[in-house]
Amino acid sequence: MDNLDALKSELMEAVKAAADLEALEAARLAALGKKGRLSELMKGLGALEAEERREAGFALNLLKDQISDAIEERKRELSDAAIEARLATETIDVTLPHRPDAEGKVHPISQTIDEVSAILGEMGFAVAEGPDIEDDFHNFTALNIPPNHPARQMHDTFYLPRDRAGEIKLLRTHTSPVQIRTMQNVAPPLRIIAPGRTYRCDSDMTHTPMFHQVEGLVVDKSTHMGHLKGCLIDFCRAYFEVDDLPLRFRASFFPFTEPSAEVDIGCSRKGGELRIGAGEDWLEILGCGMVHPKVLEACGIDSSEYQGFAFGVGVERLAMLKYGIPDLRTFFEADVRWLRHYGFPPLDIPSLVFGAMR
Amino acid sequence: MKFTLSWLRDHLDTKASIPEIANTLTSIGLEVERVVDRAAELAPFTVAYVLSVNPHPNADRLRLCKVDAGNGEMLEVVCGAPNVRSGMKAVLARVGAVIPASGEALKKSKIRGVESIGMLCSAAELLTGEDEDGIIDLPDDAPVGASFAPVLGLDEPLFDVAVTPNRGDCLGVRGIARELAAAGLGTLRPRKIDSAAAEFPCSIPVKFDFPAEAVPAPCDMFAGRVIKGVKNVPSPPWLQNRLKAIGFRPISALVDITNYLANDLGRPLHVFDAERLRGDLTVRLAQPGERLQALNGREYVLESGMTVIGDDTGVLSLGGIVGGETSGCTDQTTTVFLECALFDPIRTAETGRALAIESESRYRFERGVDPASVIPGMEAATAMILELCGGSPSEIAVTGREPDWRRFIELRPSRVHHLGGLDLSEAQSKKLLESLGCTVNASSGVLNVAVPSWRRDLEIEADLVEEALRLTGLDKIPAVSLPRDGGLPKPILTVRQMRAMTIRRTLASRRMIEAVTWSFVSDSEARLYGGGNVRLRLVNPISSDLVVMRPCVLPHLVGAASKNAARGFSDIALFEIGPAYADDTPEGQLLVAAGIRAGNVGPRHWARRPRPVDAFDVKADVMVALSVAGVPLKALQFTREAPSWYHPGRSSVVRLPDGTMVARWGELHPKVIAAQEAPTPIVAFEIFLDALPEGKKKTGRSSFKPSPYQSVERDFAFLVDEAVPAEAVAKAAESADRSLITSVSVFDAYAGKGIPAGKKSLAISVRLEPPDRTLTEEEIEAVTKRIIANVEKATGGTLRT
Repeated sequence: MDNLDALKSELMEAVKAAADLEALEAARLAALGKKGRLSELMKGLGALEAEERREAGFALNLLKDQISDAIEERKRELSDAAIEARLATETIDVTLPHRPDAEGKVHPISQTIDEVSAILGEMGFAVAEGPDIEDDFHNFTALNIPPNHPARQMHDTFYLPRDRAGEIKLLRTHTSPVQIRTMQNVAPPLRIIAPGRTYRCDSDMTHTPMFHQVEGLVVDKSTHMGHLKGCLIDFCRAYFEVDDLPLRFRASFFPFTEPSAEVDIGCSRKGGELRIGAGEDWLEILGCGMVHPKVLEACGIDSSEYQGFAFGVGVERLAMLKYGIPDLRTFFEADVRWLRHYGFPPLDIPSLVFGAMR
Repeated sequence: MKFTLSWLRDHLDTKASIPEIANTLTSIGLEVERVVDRAAELAPFTVAYVLSVNPHPNADRLRLCKVDAGNGEMLEVVCGAPNVRSGMKAVLARVGAVIPASGEALKKSKIRGVESIGMLCSAAELLTGEDEDGIIDLPDDAPVGASFAPVLGLDEPLFDVAVTPNRGDCLGVRGIARELAAAGLGTLRPRKIDSAAAEFPCSIPVKFDFPAEAVPAPCDMFAGRVIKGVKNVPSPPWLQNRLKAIGFRPISALVDITNYLANDLGRPLHVFDAERLRGDLTVRLAQPGERLQALNGREYVLESGMTVIGDDTGVLSLGGIVGGETSGCTDQTTTVFLECALFDPIRTAETGRALAIESESRYRFERGVDPASVIPGMEAATAMILELCGGSPSEIAVTGREPDWRRFIELRPSRVHHLGGLDLSEAQSKKLLESLGCTVNASSGVLNVAVPSWRRDLEIEADLVEEALRLTGLDKIPAVSLPRDGGLPKPILTVRQMRAMTIRRTLASRRMIEAVTWSFVSDSEARLYGGGNVRLRLVNPISSDLVVMRPCVLPHLVGAASKNAARGFSDIALFEIGPAYADDTPEGQLLVAAGIRAGNVGPRHWARRPRPVDAFDVKADVMVALSVAGVPLKALQFTREAPSWYHPGRSSVVRLPDGTMVARWGELHPKVIAAQEAPTPIVAFEIFLDALPEGKKKTGRSSFKPSPYQSVERDFAFLVDEAVPAEAVAKAAESADRSLITSVSVFDAYAGKGIPAGKKSLAISVRLEPPDRTLTEEEIEAVTKRIIANVEKATGGTLRT
């Protein structure tokens, strides 16, 4: 058994030297195969004395295990090397462009309406709607704008032919008719916002014949002008994401509210760049007031019992101020370059709680 | 409404600064649009005395002027103005002064070889007028060496205020002063107008002749007075300067006085040359076709219902709007007939609008002139005429009478808080209202408020609350966040609104870009897309491209595809969720999600070739949108009956089982593509959100029971007639065993080489999922046979082997 050590190193040497799986198999057969060197030695054990046989058997079995392990080890090495060799030939040019997916976008008007809805929704306002083609009553008369009232000149109205009943038809000049339709159909208390298309026959650098407004309305027994201020301050600060945004309320006149006010937000124009926030200047942003008792009465609501406020704000103006969009007219041109630039990713769904008020 | 600071100070005793005045006006509802303060800009320009004027040695049209600039300083100035003369007082700009018109500093220069140290200025150069040919000719008493601006009243801050239509009383400086006094910015100066002593009876009778149905009366009250022996001289400088400052051109004293009082007191007046009147005056309604050559230089053809003042010769003036050329005052006028009247606001507005006449008088009458101002206005004008033009006045002849304007409104002091959110004591409210001219009596906890004649806008309690709030300042109202009912907000969208939002974001996720386009289209676009309802055509369109309410959302999207293609972007996918109009009723307005896809899907790429869009791209848009809107897709019916703007063979209408149309999709018709010069290929869809079924609200899901047994998939190919819809094959296969077959999908459709003419091959894959056992070969074989039999029976096709 003295030459067992020599045998071990010889066999181990053969396993280690196997350059591939085939050579390794040959080495295995040479060592452990039926006619392998170790198998042959095993066969010779029977001729030994019991004591000797046990010792030699133990040694041979140990060697057999060691050789088997070495073969397994070598097998792993060879297979790893084969994989590595293959992978070494498999490369891609990682700078090639990925498969392109055109990007879809949501229009800034839709995004802004969703943002406004998300904020005011938190205050309990539900979204209401009404038709673009209105009648004189809903657009003017019920809003305390009687025929020939000078206030009608503030609205450059698009008219349609009279309808079959002889009623004057027009394109709504504001979303306020939705107030009227809601109050006619739903009993107070009410909290609604009405976003939608509005129309004025006016077209120049700062006016388009169609634009969007959001109207807000609260009617109950106790909401007063302090609430109106609170609501609009909360709204503007959330929308513009400026916690200390100053608001200025100025007395004004609208036929459908009394008292009425216009609202400015603070801004700065230092360095030729408009920045929303505390600054040296003001920007007019919306009109508001306490609902005129005549408007409530026109909708069949007892004005001695109910009161509330209303406000209106231009959607494009909100979008332009927040996102720095310079030109109103471009909103409606459907230029894909503009839409890709100013549009929003579809999953940017506005939410106050998730902070997605981009 | 414009006025200068000194004009305001005529009525208001105040020490307030310009910004204080401006901020207060804006805060109380008289929005200051701008304050122009030219004092600093004009300060370097001084009064100079022209000592001598001599010819320029090298130029015929230039002169060398020696001027006294004050303090004994003599300067040589070259001047080209035709009106320069020795002995005049002119405006001198020294070297270094910035000329307002050019914005550049004046340099010492040699003009044709002669050095000029300064310049004599024209009004145009200083932006104080339009005269650019001559230099400013200052009055003789102008102080040499002093700044010239005060001499012409040009150094005064000018306020430009936007007056809301309800505040006719603030269309005079006095009204504005009253507001500022009420807001605590000084005291209103008392103003007493003496009645002129009448020297003879009024010789020009005035009568009203209105039809009984003219209600309210076109003219409530008309006061007239003759003033004899006047001299219609130019107005004095102070008056001219004030009018110029607010943009009026001085004409003559008589005319200037009416313009001045319109702006000073908000009281329109009119002056006739009494000697040009023939017979009695009648205030009446115009006959259609009567003509007036107006003082603004234009001739108007009148319509019935317009208030006119006429004499024996015809119409003299449009009451409350504009006077006539034939009876107007001229430099020669010696006897004037002064009119101070009350014209109906509505009729005045209608007439002014119909004739498109904007005048100071109309502007005030249609916003409501103080009904108690007729006699005081007459006396104020008389006093000014007597002072500036001399003459002797007649008695005032009054036709009609002052309407009863007295009005009492009750104010419960608690309303200021309950409606306005501001804590104000009864005494504070009372004081504020009194400062506006109200008479206030407190009795048993209520303020009885008598409204002054000029506040026609104060009608109800809320109006008085507003007065108290705005004079205190809206900034004094404490802001209160809106209290919320219950703890958490409720959903704020209706099912339809939610669907619109979901579809919008789904289509955008499908790589479409949202557009917002006009609700109106051109006539030709309307015709292309099935429009033509005359009731949807605007009476007053703004351009021929935008005339009629769109019958369909597609026209502008297709137009946009053309425009974008022209800019080099022809692979495009646009959608819009917006209205289409079937008629002029609220129900006729449909909410439609529409889209177009044009050109190729995706740009060129090294690993993927672009594919031209086809109808099945938009079918996918429709199906996904309907799916996210909660519409069960399985029961939808597809028929080739889409309207004329689609390709008749490559488009479809999608209906619910009850026949309701929910969508349309397909290739656009070649004629539409040609008419709109759209890029090709182009496919489109429309989804009608109002038509979608309400859907049942379902939060819980049915329980999940995956089959533990082996599922089996089998493919079949059938040869069928070309006309057989793929759906017929799939449905027939499905009906072979509804408990085993969980899905059938068409994975190949082929016609052409190897397939007989008039036939096509449709291949389906059928999935069997047994719920309770593993299928045996025999069972699978049996189902397979039934599938083949069913399809062959239903479609007349044969299995391809």
